[in-house]
Amino acid sequence: MTRALPYPILTAALLLTWMLLTSFSPPQFILGGLVAVAASRAMAALQPSKPRLRRWQLIPRLAGIVALDILRSNIAVARIVIQRRGRKRKSGFVAIPLDLRDRTGLAVLACIVTSTPGTAWIEYAQDLNVLLIHVLDLVDEEEWITLIKSRYESLLMEIFE
Amino acid sequence: MTHAGALPAWAALLTAFLVLLGAGLTLLGAIGTLRFGSFFERVHAPTLGTSWGTVAIVLASIVRFSALGSRPVANELLIGVFITVTTPVTLMLLARAALYRDRAEGKQGVPARSILRPPRGRNQQGESGGGQ
Repeated sequence: MTRALPYPILTAALLLTWMLLTSFSPPQFILGGLVAVAASRAMAALQPSKPRLRRWQLIPRLAGIVALDILRSNIAVARIVIQRRGRKRKSGFVAIPLDLRDRTGLAVLACIVTSTPGTAWIEYAQDLNVLLIHVLDLVDEEEWITLIKSRYESLLMEIFE
Repeated sequence: MTHAGALPAWAALLTAFLVLLGAGLTLLGAIGTLRFGSFFERVHAPTLGTSWGTVAIVLASIVRFSALGSRPVANELLIGVFITVTTPVTLMLLARAALYRDRAEGKQGVPARSILRPPRGRNQQGESGGGQ
């Protein structure tokens, strides 16, 4: 298993991508399968760190939470854009000390933070494991720290670490 | 390609709603890019277009072509996946370039690297590191 398919998830994802782009038919399955196996074995030559999925069952839950949060902050940011300059709005930086160390987990966290309007991933200090984000509508820094840590980081740590 | 006239009314309405929603969010993102004051505020606005702006238009496309054809069409999902995965790359590059510029110019309101020190005083490395 590990010799023939060093990255089974990558292989499956490539095959799925291939079949979505062409069609779900046996010939495309074989062709896509060949490409996916060859590509994932080529990937092994690069020796990337292999992500471990500890509890993949939690992924749908994380995806659901994130989709809802992104929808909610879409509405919030759209409202800020529409508003006349009446209300005082303060934006600012928040430094978040992280416990998550897994690189894949951090990459997913980056996608979440970036995809959510109103929060932007600015800088990550690997030596200190502290993340700097910018928040468009900043009321309470502590609130954002606990939000990122309890809502996303704890789930990501369960999935990846 | 099938003609749009063959589209059932519910699918046409749903498609129209989703396209307008996605286009509207993307437009608001563009307006926000114009209206916000600083770089770090402006960087938030386009994410309206890359999140639900994209999702709504992708869903509209899925609904329309699945209703027209006999098989469900899902290849548009890949657009959403790739946009979500690639947006952080460009955004981080831009943000770090802006941060570097502002720190080099000594601008007000930009956190120094020392802000990244965690509150509990563990053994720190100083600010001397500069860029990573």
